[in-house]
Amino acid sequence: MKQTPAQTVGPFYAIGLTSKTMNVLATDSIQGQRIRIEGRVFDGDGKPIPDAMVEIWQANAYGRYNHPDDKQEKPFDSSFTGWGRSGTDENCFYSFETIKPGPVPGPGDSVQAPHVNVVVFARGMLVHAFTRIYFADEPANENDPVLKAIKNKARRPTLIAARTERGGKPVYHFDIRLQGKDETVFFDM
Amino acid sequence: MKIPKYKPRDWKSHPPYVFKAYGSSVKRGPLKKLVPIKQTLSEITGPLFSDIKLEPGENDLTRTADTNKEALGERIVVVGRVLDENERPVPNTLIEIWQANAAGRYHHPVDQHNAPLDPNFTGAGRCVTNGKGEYRYLTIKPGAYPWLNHTNAWRPAHIHLSLFGPSFVTRLVTQMFFPNDPLLPLDPILRSVPSKSGRERLISSYAHDVTEPEFALGYRFDIVLRGQRATPFEEKKR
Repeated sequence: MKQTPAQTVGPFYAIGLTSKTMNVLATDSIQGQRIRIEGRVFDGDGKPIPDAMVEIWQANAYGRYNHPDDKQEKPFDSSFTGWGRSGTDENCFYSFETIKPGPVPGPGDSVQAPHVNVVVFARGMLVHAFTRIYFADEPANENDPVLKAIKNKARRPTLIAARTERGGKPVYHFDIRLQGKDETVFFDM
Repeated sequence: MKIPKYKPRDWKSHPPYVFKAYGSSVKRGPLKKLVPIKQTLSEITGPLFSDIKLEPGENDLTRTADTNKEALGERIVVVGRVLDENERPVPNTLIEIWQANAAGRYHHPVDQHNAPLDPNFTGAGRCVTNGKGEYRYLTIKPGAYPWLNHTNAWRPAHIHLSLFGPSFVTRLVTQMFFPNDPLLPLDPILRSVPSKSGRERLISSYAHDVTEPEFALGYRFDIVLRGQRATPFEEKKR
Protein backbone atom coordinates (compact mmCIF):
# COMPACT_ATOMS: atom_id res chain seq x y z
CA MET A 1 0.00 0.00 0.00
CA LYS A 2 1.14 3.54 -0.72
CA GLN A 3 1.52 6.27 1.89
CA THR A 4 -1.32 8.78 2.18
CA PRO A 5 0.06 12.11 0.93
CA ALA A 6 0.64 14.90 3.44
CA GLN A 7 -1.16 18.24 3.13
CA THR A 8 -0.64 21.57 4.88
CA VAL A 9 -2.11 22.24 8.33
CA GLY A 10 -3.45 25.50 6.84
CA PRO A 11 -4.02 28.74 8.75
CA PHE A 12 -6.70 27.41 11.09
CA TYR A 13 -4.94 24.43 12.69
CA ALA A 14 -5.48 25.94 16.14
CA ILE A 15 -9.11 24.76 16.06
CA GLY A 16 -8.10 21.13 16.04
CA LEU A 17 -4.55 21.10 17.34
CA THR A 18 -3.71 23.86 19.83
CA SER A 19 -6.94 24.82 21.59
CA LYS A 20 -5.57 23.16 24.75
CA THR A 21 -2.17 23.83 26.37
CA MET A 22 0.24 21.12 25.27
CA ASN A 23 3.63 22.80 25.64
CA VAL A 24 4.33 21.98 29.30
CA LEU A 25 6.18 18.66 29.58
CA ALA A 26 7.84 19.30 32.95
CA THR A 27 5.04 18.81 35.44
CA ASP A 28 5.83 18.87 39.17
CA SER A 29 6.74 15.22 39.72
CA ILE A 30 9.05 14.90 36.70
CA GLN A 31 12.75 14.34 37.41
CA GLY A 32 15.33 16.40 35.58
CA GLN A 33 16.71 19.86 35.04
CA ARG A 34 13.95 22.34 34.19
CA ILE A 35 14.56 24.20 30.95
CA ARG A 36 12.60 26.42 28.61
CA ILE A 37 12.95 26.18 24.85
CA GLU A 38 11.67 29.04 22.72
CA GLY A 39 12.11 30.59 19.33
CA ARG A 40 10.47 31.63 16.12
CA VAL A 41 10.01 30.14 12.66
CA PHE A 42 11.18 32.39 9.81
CA ASP A 43 10.20 32.37 6.13
CA GLY A 44 12.40 33.01 3.11
CA ASP A 45 12.03 36.79 3.51
CA GLY A 46 13.32 36.55 7.08
CA LYS A 47 9.87 37.31 8.47
CA PRO A 48 8.64 35.42 11.54
CA ILE A 49 5.70 33.15 10.71
CA PRO A 50 2.55 33.77 12.77
CA ASP A 51 0.87 30.49 11.86
CA ALA A 52 3.54 27.86 12.40
CA MET A 53 3.33 24.94 14.81
CA VAL A 54 6.16 23.02 16.46
CA GLU A 55 5.99 19.57 18.03
CA ILE A 56 8.74 18.00 20.11
CA TRP A 57 9.57 14.45 21.16
CA GLN A 58 12.33 13.75 23.65
CA ALA A 59 13.82 11.24 26.06
CA ASN A 60 13.60 11.63 29.83
CA ALA A 61 16.44 12.95 31.98
CA TYR A 62 18.15 9.53 31.86
CA GLY A 63 17.90 9.18 28.10
CA ARG A 64 14.96 6.81 27.83
CA TYR A 65 11.91 7.32 25.61
CA ASN A 66 8.38 6.64 26.82
CA HIS A 67 7.76 4.00 24.17
CA PRO A 68 7.70 0.16 24.18
CA ASP A 69 10.42 -0.07 21.50
CA ASP A 70 12.89 1.63 23.89
CA LYS A 71 14.05 -1.41 25.84
CA GLN A 72 16.95 0.26 27.67
CA GLU A 73 17.33 -0.50 31.36
CA LYS A 74 17.23 3.12 32.48
CA PRO A 75 14.90 4.73 35.02
CA PHE A 76 11.44 5.22 33.58
CA ASP A 77 8.64 7.52 34.64
CA SER A 78 5.39 6.90 32.79
CA SER A 79 4.13 10.37 33.75
CA PHE A 80 6.75 11.98 31.51
CA THR A 81 5.32 11.58 28.01
CA GLY A 82 8.22 13.34 26.26
CA TRP A 83 5.84 14.94 23.78
CA GLY A 84 4.71 18.55 23.38
CA ARG A 85 3.10 20.88 20.88
CA SER A 86 3.16 24.65 20.58
CA GLY A 87 1.51 27.05 18.18
CA THR A 88 2.97 30.53 17.77
CA ASP A 89 1.95 33.41 20.03
CA GLU A 90 1.20 37.06 19.14
CA ASN A 91 4.95 37.68 18.78
CA CYS A 92 5.35 34.55 16.63
CA PHE A 93 7.16 32.62 19.41
CA TYR A 94 6.70 28.94 20.11
CA SER A 95 7.82 27.70 23.53
CA PHE A 96 8.13 24.60 25.71
CA GLU A 97 8.62 24.10 29.43
CA THR A 98 10.45 20.83 29.67
CA ILE A 99 13.49 19.05 31.11
CA LYS A 100 16.86 18.49 29.56
CA PRO A 101 16.89 15.01 28.00
CA GLY A 102 19.65 12.51 28.68
CA PRO A 103 21.88 10.97 26.00
CA VAL A 104 20.38 8.14 23.93
CA PRO A 105 22.04 5.38 21.88
CA GLY A 106 22.91 6.08 18.26
CA PRO A 107 23.81 3.79 15.35
CA GLY A 108 26.23 0.98 16.27
CA ASP A 109 27.91 1.66 19.60
CA SER A 110 27.64 5.43 19.32
CA VAL A 111 25.92 7.68 21.84
CA GLN A 112 23.87 10.66 20.75
CA ALA A 113 24.27 13.97 22.52
CA PRO A 114 21.16 15.16 24.39
CA HIS A 115 18.69 16.44 21.82
CA VAL A 116 15.05 17.18 21.23
CA ASN A 117 13.35 15.88 18.08
CA VAL A 118 11.27 18.48 16.27
CA VAL A 119 8.50 18.53 13.67
CA VAL A 120 7.68 21.86 12.02
CA PHE A 121 4.30 22.62 10.47
CA ALA A 122 2.91 25.84 8.99
CA ARG A 123 0.42 27.23 6.57
CA GLY A 124 2.36 27.06 3.33
CA MET A 125 4.24 23.91 4.31
CA LEU A 126 2.74 21.12 2.23
CA VAL A 127 4.74 18.54 4.17
CA HIS A 128 6.04 18.78 7.74
CA ALA A 129 9.79 19.04 8.24
CA PHE A 130 11.92 17.10 10.75
CA THR A 131 14.80 18.71 12.62
CA ARG A 132 16.53 18.50 16.02
CA ILE A 133 17.50 20.83 18.85
CA TYR A 134 20.95 20.38 20.45
CA PHE A 135 22.20 22.33 23.46
CA ALA A 136 25.05 24.85 23.07
CA ASP A 137 26.58 24.04 26.48
CA GLU A 138 26.79 20.30 25.82
CA PRO A 139 30.31 18.95 25.18
CA ALA A 140 28.85 15.69 23.79
CA ASN A 141 27.81 17.58 20.63
CA GLU A 142 31.38 17.09 19.39
CA ASN A 143 30.85 13.36 18.90
CA ASP A 144 27.18 13.28 18.00
CA PRO A 145 26.64 10.90 15.04
CA VAL A 146 23.76 12.91 13.59
CA LEU A 147 25.56 16.26 13.72
CA LYS A 148 28.53 14.52 12.09
CA ALA A 149 26.23 13.21 9.33
CA ILE A 150 25.76 16.83 8.21
CA LYS A 151 28.63 16.97 5.72
CA ASN A 152 28.55 20.75 5.35
CA LYS A 153 29.96 21.70 8.77
CA ALA A 154 28.83 25.30 8.34
CA ARG A 155 25.23 24.12 8.59
CA ARG A 156 25.63 22.26 11.89
CA PRO A 157 25.18 25.38 14.07
CA THR A 158 21.60 25.73 12.74
CA LEU A 159 20.72 22.88 15.14
CA ILE A 160 22.38 24.33 18.24
CA ALA A 161 20.19 26.26 20.68
CA ALA A 162 21.91 29.15 22.47
CA ARG A 163 21.67 29.16 26.26
CA THR A 164 20.59 32.13 28.34
CA GLU A 165 19.08 32.34 31.81
CA ARG A 166 15.84 33.86 33.02
CA GLY A 167 14.98 33.84 36.72
CA GLY A 168 17.70 31.28 37.37
CA LYS A 169 16.29 28.87 34.78
CA PRO A 170 18.10 27.94 31.56
CA VAL A 171 16.36 29.20 28.44
CA TYR A 172 17.45 27.72 25.14
CA HIS A 173 16.75 29.85 22.11
CA PHE A 174 16.14 27.94 18.89
CA ASP A 175 15.00 29.72 15.74
CA ILE A 176 13.95 27.69 12.73
CA ARG A 177 14.71 29.15 9.28
CA LEU A 178 12.75 27.51 6.49
CA GLN A 179 14.89 29.10 3.76
CA GLY A 180 17.86 31.39 3.23
CA LYS A 181 21.57 31.37 3.90
CA ASP A 182 21.07 29.94 7.39
CA GLU A 183 18.32 27.51 6.46
CA THR A 184 17.89 25.04 9.32
CA VAL A 185 19.03 21.51 8.57
CA PHE A 186 16.00 19.31 7.93
CA PHE A 187 16.27 15.55 7.85
CA ASP A 188 15.11 12.75 5.64
CA MET A 189 14.85 9.66 7.79
CA MET B 1 20.59 -2.81 20.44
CA LYS B 2 18.38 -3.99 17.55
CA ILE B 3 15.53 -1.66 16.76
CA PRO B 4 12.75 -1.85 14.17
CA LYS B 5 13.21 0.53 11.23
CA TYR B 6 10.63 2.26 9.08
CA LYS B 7 10.40 2.55 5.31
CA PRO B 8 11.41 5.97 3.94
CA ARG B 9 9.05 8.82 3.24
CA ASP B 10 7.66 8.16 -0.23
CA TRP B 11 8.36 11.39 -2.08
CA LYS B 12 6.34 10.16 -5.07
CA SER B 13 3.30 10.28 -2.79
CA HIS B 14 4.00 13.43 -0.78
CA PRO B 15 3.99 16.95 -2.24
CA PRO B 16 7.26 18.81 -2.74
CA TYR B 17 8.01 21.53 -0.18
CA VAL B 18 7.64 24.22 -2.84
CA PHE B 19 4.78 24.06 -5.33
CA LYS B 20 4.56 27.38 -7.14
CA ALA B 21 0.80 27.29 -7.77
CA TYR B 22 0.35 27.26 -3.98
CA GLY B 23 1.74 30.74 -3.33
CA SER B 24 2.40 30.37 0.42
CA SER B 25 4.74 27.43 -0.19
CA VAL B 26 7.19 29.55 -2.22
CA LYS B 27 8.73 31.29 0.82
CA ARG B 28 7.97 28.61 3.39
CA GLY B 29 9.20 25.38 1.88
CA PRO B 30 12.77 24.36 2.71
CA LEU B 31 14.97 24.65 -0.41
CA LYS B 32 18.16 22.88 0.60
CA LYS B 33 18.46 19.14 0.19
CA LEU B 34 17.24 17.19 3.21
CA VAL B 35 20.07 15.56 5.15
CA PRO B 36 19.60 11.78 5.27
CA ILE B 37 20.11 10.20 8.69
CA LYS B 38 19.88 6.66 10.03
CA GLN B 39 16.87 5.86 12.16
CA THR B 40 17.73 5.61 15.84
CA LEU B 41 15.65 5.26 19.00
CA SER B 42 14.82 8.95 18.57
CA GLU B 43 13.04 8.30 15.27
CA ILE B 44 11.45 4.89 15.85
CA THR B 45 9.79 5.86 19.12
CA GLY B 46 7.11 8.53 19.33
CA PRO B 47 4.06 9.64 21.28
CA LEU B 48 1.44 6.89 21.49
CA PHE B 49 -1.23 8.56 23.63
CA SER B 50 -2.14 5.08 24.80
CA ASP B 51 -3.57 6.44 28.06
CA ILE B 52 -5.74 8.97 26.30
CA LYS B 53 -9.35 9.10 27.43
CA LEU B 54 -11.62 10.89 25.01
CA GLU B 55 -14.61 12.73 26.39
CA PRO B 56 -17.95 11.32 25.25
CA GLY B 57 -18.95 13.10 22.06
CA GLU B 58 -15.48 14.07 20.87
CA ASN B 59 -16.13 12.00 17.75
CA ASP B 60 -19.40 13.86 17.13
CA LEU B 61 -18.69 17.29 15.65
CA THR B 62 -22.38 17.96 15.05
CA ARG B 63 -22.82 19.05 18.67
CA THR B 64 -20.63 21.21 20.85
CA ALA B 65 -20.27 20.74 24.57
CA ASP B 66 -21.13 24.43 25.12
CA THR B 67 -24.62 24.48 23.62
CA ASN B 68 -25.44 20.79 23.09
CA LYS B 69 -27.53 21.91 20.11
CA GLU B 70 -27.14 20.60 16.60
CA ALA B 71 -24.97 22.26 13.98
CA LEU B 72 -26.54 23.23 10.67
CA GLY B 73 -25.61 21.33 7.54
CA GLU B 74 -25.65 17.95 5.90
CA ARG B 75 -24.82 15.28 8.49
CA ILE B 76 -22.16 12.81 7.41
CA VAL B 77 -20.58 9.73 8.95
CA VAL B 78 -16.93 9.21 8.04
CA VAL B 79 -15.40 5.78 8.57
CA GLY B 80 -12.16 4.22 7.50
CA ARG B 81 -9.13 2.25 8.50
CA VAL B 82 -5.66 3.41 9.44
CA LEU B 83 -3.14 0.99 7.97
CA ASP B 84 0.57 0.93 7.35
CA GLU B 85 2.31 0.27 4.05
CA ASN B 86 2.44 -3.43 4.90
CA GLU B 87 -1.38 -3.45 5.17
CA ARG B 88 -1.19 -3.93 8.91
CA PRO B 89 -3.89 -2.07 10.87
CA VAL B 90 -2.67 0.72 13.16
CA PRO B 91 -4.69 0.19 16.36
CA ASN B 92 -5.38 2.67 19.18
CA THR B 93 -4.00 5.64 17.31
CA LEU B 94 -5.27 9.17 17.82
CA ILE B 95 -6.89 11.12 14.97
CA GLU B 96 -7.42 14.86 15.39
CA ILE B 97 -9.99 16.49 13.13
CA TRP B 98 -10.77 20.09 12.17
CA GLN B 99 -12.84 21.68 9.44
CA ALA B 100 -14.96 24.61 8.23
CA ASN B 101 -18.70 24.72 8.89
CA ALA B 102 -21.40 24.00 6.31
CA ALA B 103 -21.18 27.58 5.03
CA GLY B 104 -17.43 27.33 4.47
CA ARG B 105 -16.29 29.33 7.50
CA TYR B 106 -13.85 28.32 10.22
CA HIS B 107 -14.46 29.05 13.89
CA HIS B 108 -11.23 31.07 13.99
CA PRO B 109 -10.57 34.84 14.32
CA VAL B 110 -8.32 34.89 11.25
CA ASP B 111 -11.10 33.59 8.99
CA GLN B 112 -12.81 36.71 7.65
CA HIS B 113 -14.84 35.00 4.91
CA ASN B 114 -18.23 36.67 4.77
CA ALA B 115 -20.22 33.52 5.51
CA PRO B 116 -22.18 32.83 8.69
CA LEU B 117 -20.62 31.28 11.75
CA ASP B 118 -22.65 28.54 13.42
CA PRO B 119 -22.73 28.86 17.23
CA ASN B 120 -23.30 25.11 17.46
CA PHE B 121 -20.26 24.14 15.41
CA THR B 122 -16.63 24.53 16.42
CA GLY B 123 -15.33 22.11 13.79
CA ALA B 124 -12.97 20.24 16.14
CA GLY B 125 -13.09 16.57 17.05
CA ARG B 126 -10.99 13.56 17.92
CA CYS B 127 -11.28 9.81 17.64
CA VAL B 128 -9.10 6.78 18.24
CA THR B 129 -8.82 3.69 16.03
CA ASN B 130 -10.01 0.38 17.46
CA GLY B 131 -8.01 -2.85 17.55
CA LYS B 132 -8.58 -3.35 13.81
CA GLY B 133 -7.42 0.17 12.93
CA GLU B 134 -10.99 1.31 12.26
CA TYR B 135 -12.27 4.77 13.08
CA ARG B 136 -15.60 6.55 12.82
CA TYR B 137 -16.78 10.09 13.41
CA LEU B 138 -19.92 12.09 12.81
CA THR B 139 -19.80 15.61 11.43
CA ILE B 140 -21.45 17.92 8.91
CA LYS B 141 -20.18 18.28 5.37
CA PRO B 142 -17.89 21.32 5.26
CA GLY B 143 -18.56 24.03 2.69
CA ALA B 144 -16.17 25.26 0.01
CA TYR B 145 -14.63 28.65 0.70
CA PRO B 146 -12.72 31.35 -1.15
CA TRP B 147 -9.07 32.15 -0.44
CA LEU B 148 -6.58 34.66 -1.78
CA ASN B 149 -4.11 32.34 -3.53
CA HIS B 150 -5.19 33.49 -7.02
CA THR B 151 -8.15 35.20 -8.67
CA ASN B 152 -11.42 33.45 -7.83
CA ALA B 153 -9.64 30.76 -5.83
CA TRP B 154 -11.87 28.34 -3.89
CA ARG B 155 -10.84 25.48 -1.66
CA PRO B 156 -12.89 22.34 -2.33
CA ALA B 157 -14.70 20.98 0.71
CA HIS B 158 -12.18 19.17 2.90
CA ILE B 159 -11.56 17.88 6.42
CA HIS B 160 -8.14 18.26 8.09
CA LEU B 161 -6.76 15.15 9.79
CA SER B 162 -3.73 14.70 12.06
CA LEU B 163 -2.28 11.29 12.95
CA PHE B 164 0.75 10.01 14.87
CA GLY B 165 1.01 6.27 14.27
CA PRO B 166 3.52 4.17 16.23
CA SER B 167 6.66 6.32 15.88
CA PHE B 168 8.08 9.81 15.38
CA VAL B 169 8.54 9.17 11.64
CA THR B 170 4.96 8.02 11.03
CA ARG B 171 3.50 11.48 11.78
CA LEU B 172 1.02 12.63 9.15
CA VAL B 173 -1.17 15.69 8.67
CA THR B 174 -3.40 15.54 5.64
CA GLN B 175 -6.76 16.59 4.19
CA MET B 176 -9.69 14.46 3.12
CA PHE B 177 -11.69 15.58 0.08
CA PHE B 178 -15.10 14.57 -1.29
CA PRO B 179 -15.80 12.68 -4.52
CA ASN B 180 -17.02 14.40 -7.70
CA ASP B 181 -16.26 17.90 -6.41
CA PRO B 182 -15.76 20.18 -9.46
CA LEU B 183 -13.22 22.24 -7.47
CA LEU B 184 -10.79 19.34 -7.01
CA PRO B 185 -8.86 19.79 -10.29
CA LEU B 186 -8.61 23.53 -9.59
CA ASP B 187 -7.11 23.22 -6.10
CA PRO B 188 -3.35 23.86 -5.99
CA ILE B 189 -3.02 22.21 -2.57
CA LEU B 190 -4.45 18.91 -3.82
CA ARG B 191 -2.62 19.32 -7.15
CA SER B 192 0.69 19.60 -5.27
CA VAL B 193 0.54 15.82 -4.82
CA PRO B 194 2.75 14.64 -7.69
CA SER B 195 0.88 11.52 -8.81
CA LYS B 196 -2.71 11.03 -9.95
CA SER B 197 -2.99 7.96 -7.74
CA GLY B 198 -1.72 10.00 -4.79
CA ARG B 199 -4.34 12.68 -5.37
CA GLU B 200 -7.02 10.02 -5.66
CA ARG B 201 -5.95 8.61 -2.30
CA LEU B 202 -6.94 11.93 -0.68
CA ILE B 203 -10.52 11.69 -2.00
CA SER B 204 -13.03 9.82 0.13
CA SER B 205 -15.62 7.57 -1.48
CA TYR B 206 -19.35 7.66 -0.95
CA ALA B 207 -20.29 4.55 1.04
CA HIS B 208 -23.95 3.61 0.88
CA ASP B 209 -23.33 0.81 3.37
CA VAL B 210 -22.20 3.44 5.86
CA THR B 211 -25.09 5.79 5.14
CA GLU B 212 -27.60 5.66 7.98
CA PRO B 213 -31.26 5.66 6.89
CA GLU B 214 -33.13 8.87 7.73
CA PHE B 215 -30.01 10.25 9.39
CA ALA B 216 -26.67 10.79 7.61
CA LEU B 217 -24.69 10.07 4.42
CA GLY B 218 -21.65 7.82 4.73
CA TYR B 219 -18.12 8.32 3.42
CA ARG B 220 -15.13 6.02 3.60
CA PHE B 221 -11.51 7.19 3.83
CA ASP B 222 -8.58 4.88 4.52
CA ILE B 223 -5.27 6.33 5.67
CA VAL B 224 -1.88 4.69 5.09
CA LEU B 225 1.11 5.52 7.31
CA ARG B 226 4.74 4.51 6.89
CA GLY B 227 5.29 0.85 7.69
CA GLN B 228 8.21 -1.01 9.20
CA ARG B 229 10.86 -2.47 6.95
CA ALA B 230 11.15 -6.22 6.82
CA THR B 231 13.54 -7.47 9.47
CA PRO B 232 16.91 -8.79 8.23
CA PHE B 233 15.72 -12.29 9.14
CA GLU B 234 12.69 -12.02 6.88
CA GLU B 235 14.85 -10.66 4.07
CA LYS B 236 17.06 -13.74 4.22
CA LYS B 237 14.10 -16.06 3.90
CA ARG B 238 13.18 -14.67 0.45
